[in-house]
Parts: sequence; structure tokens; C-alpha cells
Amino acid sequence: MTQKNRLTGGLIDHTKPLEFKFDGKSYQGYEGDTLASALLANDVRLMGRSFKYHRPRGPLTAGSEEPNAIIELRTGNRQEPNTRATTAELYDGLTANSQNRWPSLRRDFMAINDRFSQFFAAGFYYKTFMWPAAFWEKVYEPIIRKAAGLGSLSMEADPDAYDKGFLHCDLLIIGAGPAGLSAALTAGRAGARVILSEEDYICGGRLNSETNALDDMSGAEWALQTLAELQSLPNVRIMTRTTVIGAYDHGIYGAVERVSDHMAVPADGAPRQTLWRIYSKQALLCAGSTERPIAFENNDRPGIMLGGAVRSYVNRWAATPAQEIAIFTNNDDGHRTAADLTAKGVKVSAIIDTRTDAPTSEHATVLAGAKVKDSLGRLGVKQLSVELADGSIRNVSCEAVAVSGGWNPNVHMTCHQRGRPTWHENISAFVPGPDGPPGLSVAGSAAGIMSTHGALTSGAKSAVSALKSIGIKAKAIRTPKAEDAPVNLQPYWYVKGGNGRAWLDQQNDVTVKDVKLAHQENFRSVEHLKRYTTLGMATDQGKTSNMGGLAIMAELAGKSIPEVGTTIFRPPYTPTSMGVLGGRAVGKDFHPTRKTPSHFWAEEQGAVFVEVGNWLRAQWFPKAGETHWRQSVDREVLATRKSVGVCDVTTLGKVDVQGTDAAEFLNKIYCNGFAKLAVGKTRYGLMLREDGIAMDDGTAGRLAEDHFVVTTTTANAVSVYRHMEFCRQCLWPDMDVQLISTTESWAQYAVAGPNSRKLLEKIVDSEFDISNEAFPFMACGEVTVCGGLRARLFRISFSGELAYEIAVPTRYGDAMIRKLMEAGKEFDVVPYGTEALGVMRIEKGHAAGNELNGTTTALNLGMGRMVSKKKDSIGSILSERVGLNEDDALMQVGFKPVDNKEPVIAGSHLMAKTGEVNAKTDQGYITSAAYSPILESSIGIGFLKDGGNRKGEILRAVNPLKNQTVLVEVVSAHFVDPEGERLRA
Amino acid sequence: MIINHPILGPRDAQEFTYLGDASLINRPDWQADDAAKQFYDYQYLRDNPAGEHRELWFHEQGDRSWLVVTRNTVTHEISKVELASDVARKEGRSK
Amino acid sequence: MRFSGLKVIKEALTGHKGWGPQWRNPEPKPHYDIIIIGGGGHGLATAYYLAKEFGQKNIAVIEKGWIGGGNVGRNTTIIRSNYLLDGNEPFYEFSLKLWEGLEQDFNYNAMVSQRGILNLIHSDAQRDAFTRRGNAMILNGADAVLLNAEEVRAEVPFLNFDDARFPIKGGLAQRRGGTVRHDAVAWGYARGADQRGVDIIQNCEVTGFRIESGVCKGIETSRGFIGANKVASAVAGSSSRLMSKADMRLPMESHVLQAFVTEGLKPVIPGVITFGAGHFYVSQSDKGGLVFGGDIDGYNSYAQRGNLPTVEDVCESGMAIMPMIGRSRLLRSWGGIMDMSMDGSPIIDKTHIDGLYFNGGWCYGGFKATPASGWCYAHLLATDTPHETAKAYRFDRFEHGYMIDEKGMGAQPNLH
Repeated sequence: MTQKNRLTGGLIDHTKPLEFKFDGKSYQGYEGDTLASALLANDVRLMGRSFKYHRPRGPLTAGSEEPNAIIELRTGNRQEPNTRATTAELYDGLTANSQNRWPSLRRDFMAINDRFSQFFAAGFYYKTFMWPAAFWEKVYEPIIRKAAGLGSLSMEADPDAYDKGFLHCDLLIIGAGPAGLSAALTAGRAGARVILSEEDYICGGRLNSETNALDDMSGAEWALQTLAELQSLPNVRIMTRTTVIGAYDHGIYGAVERVSDHMAVPADGAPRQTLWRIYSKQALLCAGSTERPIAFENNDRPGIMLGGAVRSYVNRWAATPAQEIAIFTNNDDGHRTAADLTAKGVKVSAIIDTRTDAPTSEHATVLAGAKVKDSLGRLGVKQLSVELADGSIRNVSCEAVAVSGGWNPNVHMTCHQRGRPTWHENISAFVPGPDGPPGLSVAGSAAGIMSTHGALTSGAKSAVSALKSIGIKAKAIRTPKAEDAPVNLQPYWYVKGGNGRAWLDQQNDVTVKDVKLAHQENFRSVEHLKRYTTLGMATDQGKTSNMGGLAIMAELAGKSIPEVGTTIFRPPYTPTSMGVLGGRAVGKDFHPTRKTPSHFWAEEQGAVFVEVGNWLRAQWFPKAGETHWRQSVDREVLATRKSVGVCDVTTLGKVDVQGTDAAEFLNKIYCNGFAKLAVGKTRYGLMLREDGIAMDDGTAGRLAEDHFVVTTTTANAVSVYRHMEFCRQCLWPDMDVQLISTTESWAQYAVAGPNSRKLLEKIVDSEFDISNEAFPFMACGEVTVCGGLRARLFRISFSGELAYEIAVPTRYGDAMIRKLMEAGKEFDVVPYGTEALGVMRIEKGHAAGNELNGTTTALNLGMGRMVSKKKDSIGSILSERVGLNEDDALMQVGFKPVDNKEPVIAGSHLMAKTGEVNAKTDQGYITSAAYSPILESSIGIGFLKDGGNRKGEILRAVNPLKNQTVLVEVVSAHFVDPEGERLRA
Repeated sequence: MIINHPILGPRDAQEFTYLGDASLINRPDWQADDAAKQFYDYQYLRDNPAGEHRELWFHEQGDRSWLVVTRNTVTHEISKVELASDVARKEGRSK
Repeated sequence: MRFSGLKVIKEALTGHKGWGPQWRNPEPKPHYDIIIIGGGGHGLATAYYLAKEFGQKNIAVIEKGWIGGGNVGRNTTIIRSNYLLDGNEPFYEFSLKLWEGLEQDFNYNAMVSQRGILNLIHSDAQRDAFTRRGNAMILNGADAVLLNAEEVRAEVPFLNFDDARFPIKGGLAQRRGGTVRHDAVAWGYARGADQRGVDIIQNCEVTGFRIESGVCKGIETSRGFIGANKVASAVAGSSSRLMSKADMRLPMESHVLQAFVTEGLKPVIPGVITFGAGHFYVSQSDKGGLVFGGDIDGYNSYAQRGNLPTVEDVCESGMAIMPMIGRSRLLRSWGGIMDMSMDGSPIIDKTHIDGLYFNGGWCYGGFKATPASGWCYAHLLATDTPHETAKAYRFDRFEHGYMIDEKGMGAQPNLH
């Protein structure tokens, strides 16, 4: 377990060794390492394979922009595909495996693709695999799909928890590098509420990777010192391991905190990650910049990486990628790399500098005006072929290459609201444009200010002006003396000449040739380029590759880079786990569960429950010996129709309507009349939408001149209330009417059956006369029950039986059901569930959700005459449109099978008894069906063209999904007690 | 998005339910000669502008106010928030 | 130039020098017989079929930006014909049949992949509704299969069957549904149209219509006036903006729909799955990313971007139904503008202005409709009569009460 490439120093703890495994082999690293730095320290450069050609790959970067070193982290149900080794923090016992290779990383069978790469040029798949037609799904696609993809999921449910939280601040600072730290200190000292977020696990950004001094401290020391002061300020919240993923409207930012990703498993009770929604008054982007490579032939071999990354590995992680490193640069950064490597005792084989006027170096030979033509080395770079200024070729041996092509400001967040970056000639890069999200300013190298001094001062200044805009006075901190070198760069995107492949997008295997081919085929918009070649569509979203592609496009088109433009930056900034976006809304907690007041009692009875929206309702109450749900339901129906049954109907929406204009208000929202409803009476009401289609139905009871109680269906409780408030506030604002939803305030039970009155007489206090004379069908009133408890009683019936609904304050709901069942014992009372409720309403022909499906009118429902033409009510005008009133309009009717042993199936379509069966001969459909134990037959209701005039006709109900055809007779939908004698009894 | 509720102050738009163009306040007269045409226009046709849009939001998970929000459909910037009942009265609606 | 495997091999061996532009960049002519505004899927398909099937010669497609840059380039690539209503199902089934022969027809591999679509059922009422729908599909000549819970589990065992808030009680499957590589559809039609002489003019913005005495004579553009006998709008996401230049108000609102893709994964999901108790539908691209979406954000927007609550809502639904995706990562989100019509169904019709035609209001169902929309619009433009399957897509259906409201949500676009 030697760490061959481990150096001294760095920001790792050499006293805390950590064991880990990669592809089954054990290694040792230190606390503070990433997986990539630890592997490099162990002289492992090969960490992955590319997407298309399965080329061997090592890390290109040392951060979240990594395209190559992506691995499967952890095992079992925590397996996490496509994890960047460059950001995965090492912990003791970490297990990682390479991905997208078979059988092993070193010997990957699919690398055969690389041999045939000329056949796999950009977009080749659009031009072939078309013959024979059937082969796409059967042959070509399965092979392609299997070969494609990157890492794999465990296919097991994620065992970890995820949280969501909300934060508020005056100033959100995104990134804790020099600019962010100096901004945070400036704002923190001013007393502003500050959130400082940092994607890394330590603050400091490039200060941790560079050797430049700040005053007399190292950058890392200054960062630590600044952090210490920030930590002492109660108004500053420092969030490391936190990536701001997107800039949303009105100062809202999404951020993901990786709470436990640096541990084997989350601590007890802790989430793996937390999604924060941050509400900021101002935000300051200090996200730094990303270095870009220079493309050359075979520039993708393990060991070839960005110069800044090499400095990070050497300086911060004390891990050199190799013992001998060559440098390829177009700017002074390459020389900085040479100095740092030399200082650490790593040999620099040469500085290949594209600039003919390149400065000299005391650390290595500078090959000015030279360029790298090619590289060698199967599983890792061994040698570079360099074309010198005079055109001669020199071979440079090396085991790693540090490539510096300049830096691109991380403008992403400024473009999340469709802002466009602008071109900055001095640094040959895009910088944030003027049209970024309101309230977001930019500082440091994210703004194109590339020196440490510039970052520090611009951070402080930007914090002052951001706070000023929200009325907080702040004073810029004194910034330490720091490096302030100008950017000295010669734009250089790719090395020309040669016939080989030079990679731009390393993960997706997009080469310079592919870009040229796209141009040749007239894919000349940046978006066409991206989509045709897949440039920038990999897991790094082109952070290191897009600029190269744009530059080549510009060259081919004879345009400037800004004229070519960029593709659109979209959230999230870095890939974000689905788990954290889902938060706690998983499994049974996906939606809240609403339970009725009788729920616990029903549970005690062994009820079977069913989801009705967010409610759980008792579906039926099985008794001992009942083995099929139909036995329970039939029993409940028969017992109710024979004696008495009780059903919890609390879920029905209830709206209290009060005020002197309450009656007139209801008159407007129901299509039928309500103005003259007497106090103490209830009426069925049908609400239309303004387009004349039925919206909902229910009852409204008038408890007093100025007081109504409206009920809605369970499904529409919320939307009907919303609609009523719309009518009240937006249409008739001066009506004296007040509304409040009381769905949750009252527990309501239907008590139905011939003995329902007898039962209720035992419950309702004796001073209230509920005899048929005193309290007839459709009566309502406020009563007391059980010796003084206030209650509301409605004599309404969904079942068609003599029935009541009794409502008590919700907190008495449990007591009430127990009382009802107790009092009902002598009548053999049964509780019945939604299933029996449904059977009885179908037997009675009452419309419910299946009939009120949002396309049916009052006419369709057989209630056309209810729509009053004498008043203004919602929907009445548009209900008169010709298309809704055709002669053969669908009408709700009932259906009985000719042979009562056959089932009526909801969803069947209605066809003439003979003739063709197809869409053109379709005459309607069955909406609801049930087995009626009273009629001992399956029955259904549904809509039939001109149905009202076709009673007695025999039709076919066809269900081609199951190859079923049932002969049915058209009947009245009122199967039971059509005259309504029972409910008036 | 954040809607600055005239009574309650800034609230996340997630607390609200959206309906549509505030022209829905201007429900036509049912007794007009061309009521059918007016109602068709009212119910179905929209300016649907790219730019400033006056629109109705319901504070469903709040105080149940209907609001008229003036919001730019291109930038999502909100420039004005009013109680819909106030707007309705201003536009001549009463009972 | 015909594309074929042989041609690919030949070019590979000769350095890919023989590939030419897949379409030209012509200068606009002063006058065309037919101008189609909008170089998206529908516009390009219309041009292609006008040229190929209806014998039209002098056609231009005018595109503000780059072709395929609208919703054909930013959708979730699903094709299906699982509609309920008479006005819709024949049209979408026609479209699905065109998809089935498309690649051979336009000689471009758009990766039409009929791996099936499965709509999950979570309640008895939903099963009743899906039974009616599945039967309507079969009666219209499409395919449909109603599955019970066990059958669904056998096909997609990784869904949440054991700890679901809304248990899976079955599913309605259409085996011929699937996905298509969306960009390739635009390019394939563009190439096919171009080969038949259609001028595709990119970076040309329409600034107005020239209308004289109720007759549309052509369009004003950023590159000057272009005359035409017939002008046809096909600008999803910009319909109201464009038609307002002809003083038309449309029965639609524009809304943003976000869509999402994860990092690439080895194959996990066979076809398309939709979770109706939440807002979530998902498929896996050939490249390996889980492509998914949910509901529109719900407010009028032309911003082509959305907000966090919808992102969370969609991902919550995904996690609820497929808890095994928790450790995959969302890679990219984006937004497209949907012209949401007042009944959730589109319009393919003449306008009241002679020579001006309209195609739009596709809500978020436009992609699957691309071939049939193009064909039917071409039919209308060439013959001035609606195609048999698109007769119901009239402007005046709202005024006269012939709405085609699949979801039964009424005149509130954000509910469709």
C-alpha cells in the first residue's frame, strides 16, 4: 500500500490514513483526499472509459467539471452511478468501481469501437440502421442501448432520507473563493444576513490550490483566518458542500447541501442531502472560473489534464499525477504550474508554449511557439510528439501533461433566466452579460476579473453595492496584498494539421473532426452543432469542451466566437440527485393522507380502505367468513335497504354561505333556482362551469334566511370552493355574502334505510321532532344530539332510502359513529363503505364522478330542464350552444343485461344490436356499473345518443379490450324505487 | 416566484392557484342582445401577450383572496398586485 | 444523396468527404405559392408533405432562428395514439401510422422506437375511464391492452408496488407507442423537403402580414417582403404573438412546460411510463438518460424556463413511483412554450382572412402529432378542405359548442 505519488504538505491530514477500494483493489489515502487525488497518489491514472469509443480515461480536472473520472460509488442499494471521483470525498472504507466497461477497466471489450471510429462519426446513426425497417427495435436499438448509458442503478429503492428546507437572507454569496470570502466578510461585518455557499468541502477555492501569498500568509491560511471570523458572526451562515443549482425567479435559488455524502452512511436520523430553497434579497455570484484545454491529437489519454488541476493535486492534495510532467500552455499559467511542480520536486520535462514570445522559465525548458501534435501511451500518456517553432518534431517523455488554455468564467447562473454572456477580448472568454437575473451581481473570476487581488477587491466592492441597493450600509474590508498579474494569453483552441482525432468533449467522444463534419453538413447553428455531435451534452454539460467547439465553428464559418454565440446554460449547475429533489415525498409520504373522523373506529372494525384523492375512506367492512369483497358489499347494501346502514360522508365538501345576499349568490352559481328555497329546506343543486358543462353537484340547505350549507363532491371540494370565491370576489364583489370551507369542521354520517329515523330518534335530543311530518324529505335544521351536542340534520338521500345525514363537530366524529352503531344495534345496523354507497347510487341512477366527467351537460345528465333561463347563472348562456344541444345528444340512462348472469362493464361502448362495430357506429358508453344485490343482476348507467327516447331497446355493450360483448337493455337509470316512495317514507 | 400580497406581504407563488387573464372579471351581461357572442369571447379568446399581463391568482393556501397580479410573461417580473375585489369594483362590478 | 449503411461505410473509408449539406441555405425568392411560417417539426413536415404528397412546387419555410429550435427540439420525444375522443383518436392514430413508416419514407433514421407506453391506473374510476379510452382506441383501429396489477408488476417490477401512497391497480398499455429522436425528425423533414425543392430560410423573422381587402398577400420579414398565394402559420409557442399581427385573438394561452433528463444510465426503463396519480412520465433515451416531465408550471409565460416548485413536484412524483432512481442525477432541465388551447386540442384551419391559414394550439402534445399535423395541414393548404382526420380542429368549435376536451377540464388552459 504505497502512495508512490504522495508528496509532503498540502491540505490533507497525513496522520489520518483512510482505506478504500477501487475495482476491488485496496488502497490508502488520507483525510482531506478526494477519490481522484487518492488514486493519483497511488499512481492510478486510469479511472474510466469514454462513452462512445470506450477510450481509457483519467481525470481531466480536479473539480465538479470533470468529464472523465466518473465511477460508481458505493455498492448495494446505495450504488451511485456517474459519481465524479474528483469531488467524491474519501472516507474510510469507501468502495468505488469503474463503469461502462466489460470485463474490466484495463481490458474493455467495447474498446473495439475505437478501432472502427471512422464509422462512428458525428450523426452516423441518422444515416443508417433503416433497413430492414423492423430491425430497429429488434436488433439495432437493443445493441445500441446496451452499449450506451454510463453507470448503472442498483434497481433497489434508495435507503437514505432527503430533506428540504427554506432559508432567507439579505445576501446570498455563491462560492467561497477569494471573491466570495471577501464579500462575505464585508457583508458579515455590516450586520447583513449572509449565506455563503460553497460546493467544495473547504472554503477558499483556488486559494487552496495556488501558492501565491496574501500578505504574509498562504492563500489557504488567509481563507482559514477569514472563515474563522465569519464563523464568529451570528448573521453569517456558512454552507460548505452546498451547490447552488439554479437561479429562479425573484431572488429564489435552489441549493443542495450534501450533508452525508462524505460518510459511509448518513448519521442516525440525518439526511443524505438537503434541498434548500433560498430566498435572497440580493445575490452575488463568486463561482470562479473553469480552465479549458487545448485540443490536440490523442489529447484524452490518462495523465493529460488541466494545468490548474495539476496544481490542485500537487498543492492542495499533495498528490502528483506523475513523477515527470510536461506542460502545454498558451498563457502564463503553464509557467506557474512549472514553478509549483519544481517546488514540490516533480520533474517538468518541458513547457510547450504556443506563444512565440513565451517567457523563459527557471524551472524547465520552454519550447516557445511549439505545439503538441500527438501523444502516445495506451492506458496512460508516455510521450508527446511536439512540433517546434521551426517545424521540427521533438518527442517529450512524460507521464502526465498539464494543459492550460485559459479560463472561462462560470457564468452559468447569470444565464439561468435566459441572459446571454458577452465576449471579453482580453481573456478570450465569455463573461456575464448585462441581462442576468435581477438582484444577481458577479464578482471575481466569474466576472472575468482573473487576478487574486481583483477577486478580493471586486468581492468586497460588489458586496457593498449589493447591500446598498437594499438599504444596508457596508464598508469594503481591507483586502490583503495579493498577486495581480494581467492575463497574458494567446487564444489557442486546437492544434491544426494531422489526421488523427483531437478531443473536445472527452466524455461523449466529440472530436474536432466531428465539429468540422457537422459544419460540412450545414449544422451551423450552435444548437445544431450540439445536437448533431452531442458536444456538451455529457454529465459535465460541456464545462470544459463547449468553448473549443464554438471556436472551431467560428473559424469554419468565418465568424467571431461571440457571433457564433453559446448554447443555453440550464439548471442544475451540477447534476443533482433525484432523491434530494424528491425530498420526503416518497413512499406513503408522497401526499398527505387525510383520515375521516371515523377512521380509527373503522380500523377497529377491520375495514378495507381506499384512496379517494388524499382521503382514505372505508371501502367495505368485511365480516368473519366473507372471502370475497362482493359478499361484504352485497351484505351492506341489503342490510341498509332492509333496515339501516351508516356511512361516513365527511369527505364531501362543505361550504358555509352566510350573508343577506346568500340566497341570491347561490342562485347565480347553481343553474337551478335557489332564491326561494325556504328556511329549513335542502335542495339538490347543479353547478355549471361558465362553458355550460356540469361542474359539480350537491345540496344546499338553508339553515336561516342568511345562512346556507352547501355540499360538494369529494373530488371537487377544493375547486368548487375556489370557484365560489372567484364568483364572490371577482364577479359580484358587493354582494353581502361570506364563504368558508367547513369540510374539515364537521364529521358527517349518512344514516340510511327504513329504520334510519328510528335510529336517529335515539340520538337526536327529544325536543327536536324528526317525524315525517315535522321533518319531511329534504328538510334540514340545527338540532342537538346526545344531550346537548350541537349538530346539523339533513334529510337527504343518495341511496334512495329513507335517509338522513347528520353532522357533528369533527372532534365528536369518533364518538358519534360509536354512538350510532350502539344505538342501531337493535335494528341490526351495518356500517357501509364507499363500495356499497356506489352500488346504491347506481341503483338509484345518481350521477357521480364517472358521469360528471367534465364533458357532460345538464342535458346529458337528464337535468336539462333544471337550467333556469329566467335568471343569470354561471354557464347558462354558453350551455345553449348548438353543439351542446343536438337532437341526438347523449342522455344518461340505465342498462341491464338481457341475461342477468352477464356483467355490465364500465367503459364498454354501446353499439346497435347488429351491424358493424367501430368508432363510426359508436352510440355511447357505460360510465358506471355494479352488481345490484336487490335486482340480482349487474346493472350500469351511461350515456347513450338520444337515450331518453330509447328505453326498451336492446344494444350491444362492447369491451374489445377483453373481447367481451354483452347484450343490454336500455332502461331508466332509476333501478330502485323510481317513484321515490322510500325516501319520502 | 414571489407574489407581494397586498395584505400579507411577500408570499411564495406556490401558495397560490393560477386562473388566467384578469379579463375573466369582466363577465358579460347575460341579457345583452349578443350575449352568446360576448360570452364566447369572454370565455375563450385571450390576448395572451408577451409582456405585461394582468392575471388572476387565488391565495388558496393563505387568506383565500383572489388577486390581480400584473406580471411580465417574458421576464416574470411582477409590477403590481391588487385585490381582485378592488379591481372588480373599479371596473364597475357590484352585485 | 441517399443515406444508407453502405454509404456510411463508403464515406468512413474515404474520410467523410462526400457528405454534403443536409439542406441548403437559399436566399428568399420574392414570391412563393405557399409560405409556411415556422421551421419546427410541424412546419417542416407540412412543407415535406406538400412537396411529396400534394405536388406543390414553390414552397418556402420561414424560420426566425434555426430549424428545429422550438418544441420539436425540446420535448420528451413520446409518440402514442391513446386518445379517447372522436375528434382526436383518428388523427393521432393516423400520425402513429405515419411514424411507423417515416424513416423509410424520408430516408433518415429518426430512431422511431415502439417500445410501448404504459399509463398506470390507481383507482377503480380511473380503470373505468381507461377502459372506455382503450376501447375507443381499438374501435378506431389503434391498439390497446388493459393490464391488471400483476401484469403491470411483471412488466415493470421496479415500480413502487409495496409502499405506494397510490397503489398501482393496473395499466393501459399501447404497445405501438414509444419514442423518437426528436431533433432528427426536424432534420429528416428538412432534408426531405429541401431535396424536393422547398426553400428553408433560417434567421428570417416575420414582422407582419400584408393583408389587402381581407386577403393575405404575403409576409413582411426581417429580410424584406415575401409574397405568397397562401401563408400558413405553424409557430407553436408563438401563435398568439404572430397572429396578433393579423389582429387575431386566439383561444389559447402560452405556458411553460419544463422537461428533464438525468445523467446516462445503463438500460433500466423499457418504454414510456406515465404516473397519473402524480405528475410524472418517463422514458429512457437510447443514450441512457431518463427523459421525464410532468405538469406545466401553470402560469402564462414566454420565458422558456420554469421554477423550482414544478421541478420538485415532478421529481417527487418520480421518486414516489420509482424509488430506485433516487441515486441517479438530474442533469439538465429546460422549458418550452406550449400554446395551451381552451379545450386541450389543436386547431388546423383557415382563418377568416383569405390566404391565411393556422396550425397551433397543440398544448404539450404536439410532437407525436408532427407527421399527421404536417400531412393534414398540407392537405388543407393544397385542397382548401380539411383532411378526414382533422375535420374537428376548427376555429369555430368553441363558439358553437363542439369542444374536444379529453380531460374534461373546460376553458382553463393550464388544466389541460
